[in-house]
Amino acid sequence: MSDERGRKTSQVREVWRRLKRNRAAIVGGIIVILFVATAILAPWLSPYHPNEGDLTKRLKASDREHLLGTDPLGRDVLSRVIYGARISLQIQIVAVVIAMFVGTILGMVGGYYGGTFDNLIMRLMDILLAFPGIFLAIAIIAVLGPGLTNLMLAAGIYSIPQFARIVRGSVLSLKEKEFVEAARAVGEKDFNILFRYLLPNSMAPIIVQTTLRMATVLLTASGLSFLGLGVQPPTPEWGAMLSNARAYLITAPHVATVPGLAIMLVVMGFNLFGDGLRDSLDPRLRD
Amino acid sequence: MGKYVFKRILMLLPVLIGVSLISFSLLHMVPGDPAELLSGEDANPEFIKAVRKEYGLDQPLYIQYFQFISHVIRGDFGISIRNREPVINLLKERFLFTLQLSFLSILIAAFIGLIAGVISSTRQYSLFDNMSMVGALFGISMPIFWFGLLLMLVFSVHLKWFPAGGKGTLWHLILPAIALGAASSAVIARMTRASMLEVIRQDFIRTARANGLREAIVIYKHALKNAMIPVITVFGLEFGYMLGGAVLTETVFSLPGVGRLMVEGIFQRDYPIVQGSMLLVASTFVVVNLLTDIAYALFDPKIRYE
Repeated sequence: MSDERGRKTSQVREVWRRLKRNRAAIVGGIIVILFVATAILAPWLSPYHPNEGDLTKRLKASDREHLLGTDPLGRDVLSRVIYGARISLQIQIVAVVIAMFVGTILGMVGGYYGGTFDNLIMRLMDILLAFPGIFLAIAIIAVLGPGLTNLMLAAGIYSIPQFARIVRGSVLSLKEKEFVEAARAVGEKDFNILFRYLLPNSMAPIIVQTTLRMATVLLTASGLSFLGLGVQPPTPEWGAMLSNARAYLITAPHVATVPGLAIMLVVMGFNLFGDGLRDSLDPRLRD
Repeated sequence: MGKYVFKRILMLLPVLIGVSLISFSLLHMVPGDPAELLSGEDANPEFIKAVRKEYGLDQPLYIQYFQFISHVIRGDFGISIRNREPVINLLKERFLFTLQLSFLSILIAAFIGLIAGVISSTRQYSLFDNMSMVGALFGISMPIFWFGLLLMLVFSVHLKWFPAGGKGTLWHLILPAIALGAASSAVIARMTRASMLEVIRQDFIRTARANGLREAIVIYKHALKNAMIPVITVFGLEFGYMLGGAVLTETVFSLPGVGRLMVEGIFQRDYPIVQGSMLLVASTFVVVNLLTDIAYALFDPKIRYE
């Protein structure tokens, strides 16, 4: 047992060593850490209350009082962007955890048992994937109705097929390996084989997919909020803020540009970090 | 080849049935009585009763589904609740618009992506390569709606080169198509570069060079032809994603596309509109994927014998 633990630590150390040398991944990691820290420390970081504005100071440009200016209701844009990190992170975590949980189980069970059940699951995934990109999330919202909770559900369901496909692929190739056959030969139960042999060995692609999916979910969720189908005002969600600011594009362009910049930075962070993780976890994939 | 195509079309059927089931059940999954939903707000009981009868909503669900399908096959997507017009009339116009936009978008994306990808691969780690890969990172990380707004701010509001919205000429479509195509051009550039790098290292390229062929012929005739095979798949997939992503572009530039139609349908609780848009876009995506797979098989004979 201690032997196994020792091997695991050295594995983690090896991945960390490779990750450290990847400059892009480090930049991505720093962006992600800053984003998470902003989300957690929002009440201490933001100079003003995100939803209380001063109507005498509408659409002001950046000055010493309001670093990023004010919005159409006189609210501090910086404070709203900082609080927006909270909403975004919350949506991302809930949606990706739903997708990871359901997708992983579907993929594992389908890949391991095969046959009709596998066929059924994969056709179901095909049907979900028939709705291109954000369209699937919109279709789900059409059924559930707009709002934060439904947005998280929609973004979660929308990401299930990706996890299911990746985990299934991993399980399909693993289940023919000797160590799984050996486990079966000594009479391990299916449940144990799934969760103690197949799952731990599928962790690398799951972790990579989780990181990259955080980026996609943010783009999708903010897009839905931009359309008015997601988080509703006055909640300081980045996509919703942008949508609100459209009417003032000419007079106060900063109100629309700042939240978009925040989305782009965070998405970029997760993309860079996810790509770096993939390269470090599986060096064979590097070109 | 014929057998492969047949098999691929057969696999498409369950997906299309699933898509139609989802679109059909939309009306039954939203809370409320379907007949009342279809009658619109403030409808009198007589009218609701008539609608229930006319749409067969008093029949068992499976019969309703078959009726739904037989209507859809004949091009009848029901009547819009909001303006009492056949949904198909609205869909036709809006969908053609989205197709045009997506088509222009994929052209732009392919143009930029292929050029950037090929040049990057021939000069790996050069300044151009690094810059275009950073550009690609921006491309996949920018929210479409934000990039669209920025384009509008710079090129319509300040430089006044393009109209800020509306439709009419090709000129109206350029900015929206660029906004919509940015992410795809990034994906195509990355894919082309990776695929080219792999092909360039193969023996037949070395042989071509050893035979004294000019570098341009080696790259553009021999390498690119082979590197394009995996890139074709990306074209199809990206075109499909554009049909979905178009909803954001259409909203930013106030364009009359099918995505916008569907979102308006959701807001106005105009369910036949939502059902029709869902069905049309998803079916188109499925068919585009089929065509992509067939194209892929045409170019790469290995795939057929799997």
